[in-house]
Amino acid sequence: MDTLSFLFNDPATYRLLTIVILSIFLGIEVISRVPSVLHTPLMSGANAIHGVVIIGAIIVMGQAPSDDYLALVLGFLAVILGTLNVVGGFVVTDRMLEMFSKKKKK
Amino acid sequence: MENIILQLSYLIGSITFIMGLKMLSHPDSARKGNIVAAVGMTIAIFATIFLYRNSAGEGLHNYGWIFAGLAVGTIVGTLAAKRVQMTAMPEMVSLFNGMGGACAMLISMVEYNHMQHGGGAAGTGTMLVIILGMIIGTVSFAGSIIAWGKLNGSIKDRTIPAGQILNFIILGGIVVLSVMMLGGMAGGTAVFYGIAGLAAMYGILFVMPIGGADMPVVISLLNSFTGCAAAFGGFLYDNPVMLTGGILVGSAGTILTILMCKAMNRSLKNVLIGSFGAAKTGGAQGTKEQGNYKEISLNDTATLMAYASKVMIIPGYGLAVAQAQHTCHELEKVLNEKGVEVSYGIHPVAGRMPGHMNVLLAEADVPYEKLLEMEDANDQMSGVNVVLILGANDVVNPAAKEDPASPIYGMPILEVEKAEHVIVNKRSMKPGYAGIENELFFRPKSSMLFGDAKKMLQSLVTELKQM
Repeated sequence: MDTLSFLFNDPATYRLLTIVILSIFLGIEVISRVPSVLHTPLMSGANAIHGVVIIGAIIVMGQAPSDDYLALVLGFLAVILGTLNVVGGFVVTDRMLEMFSKKKKK
Repeated sequence: MENIILQLSYLIGSITFIMGLKMLSHPDSARKGNIVAAVGMTIAIFATIFLYRNSAGEGLHNYGWIFAGLAVGTIVGTLAAKRVQMTAMPEMVSLFNGMGGACAMLISMVEYNHMQHGGGAAGTGTMLVIILGMIIGTVSFAGSIIAWGKLNGSIKDRTIPAGQILNFIILGGIVVLSVMMLGGMAGGTAVFYGIAGLAAMYGILFVMPIGGADMPVVISLLNSFTGCAAAFGGFLYDNPVMLTGGILVGSAGTILTILMCKAMNRSLKNVLIGSFGAAKTGGAQGTKEQGNYKEISLNDTATLMAYASKVMIIPGYGLAVAQAQHTCHELEKVLNEKGVEVSYGIHPVAGRMPGHMNVLLAEADVPYEKLLEMEDANDQMSGVNVVLILGANDVVNPAAKEDPASPIYGMPILEVEKAEHVIVNKRSMKPGYAGIENELFFRPKSSMLFGDAKKMLQSLVTELKQM
């Protein structure tokens, strides 16, 4: 029980925990009725959204001491990979959806 | 003041992610939804770069590195996403997903090293979050790379002897080592990287035996894993936007995975444990009498189609591989000019991902109304004179309805046998992606038209034009 106490002792952690639980339900609610045509673009769009991990990479990179080469290199790699996830994800999704809207107009 | 703007930006970010996902799940608003989420992401990223303050109130530095990384990622990411063939889209998504997982993994590693050298004793919570983020990120990274390799064909399906047991042992090892680290019974860099190594092995072994046809489900699952890994980063930095973004994708991804399984009428457990590879030994095939198939000439096909009143085209991945979607649209136009009604029967899992085939045909300007979903296609099937199956296989396999021993038994299929004639275009008699024989080819109504889908369609179009 003691190991779990950190979840409730600190109000900030507890607040985050609440966000987690609400977000879980929100995610389920938002997705539940999707036509199968949209499964691929939706997966791809969600893929881009979890690229939000880039923010962590930026924080790591921005706090790395300038003589800690390991942190600099790993952080730099993390920023590149995270950006790839975000940018690539959104662009690919847009390309897929562009085709849906193109045929709509005709 | 700056902090207020930062928190406000994060709030905007979270809201755009929710709105974006919501809009992405409706055909009309999908594209806008993607852009909304992208804008929110951009705001959150730039707010972090300029306004973030750590607990000591210091801002970020190393701007050169940050912007260089952003620039490299943006250029490479945009080029890759723009250049990729529509057929290779699933691999690309898997690869981008792996990058996100790797990013989460690296963050945890740097933070761990930082803690080691900083000397300060980390709380159990921080340690837990770092370890979990690292494990899930690594599993997602390794798994996505394997999924990517499998989809583009560079990694073959392989059943590892005692793979299940091995997987459980590795998973057990990860749990034991992590608990020991948290409890302070073991520690140090070696143990930490040992866990990372095990997590990578787990990711590889977890995806390796899963059949290629189930890959979309796996990618969707790994997608939600990466979402969770991102959320642990949110805990680590007390960052609400990472938390909401990550958890949203984690839960939405899980639901999406289940929906995809439903479309194939298989349970998630079935996909993950009873892989097609393992089911094959069950004797669903091989021993049965298969009889003969008959071939049909191009000429006869053209005649048959020209004098039909209704033709239904069933596209599969073979069509996508041959890049024949444009030629297919041409065939449809030629037939239309001859007064033949043409429609497309789209199985929900045709191609490599649900909806993949719709994207491909949309690329070739096939009108939306002509794409029939499976239920509608089956309803109209009895009025169809000629069904042309282009590189589809498992989605029309009658074994799914008739043979309880078949690994795909229970999957809804397009019931092409209700139509008058069935013409199957394939390159050879090789079984489909799931690796199962298709009895349809040997049925009296079916005739085989061998050849590359694109070349065959081109000759078919020329033939029809001359008629």
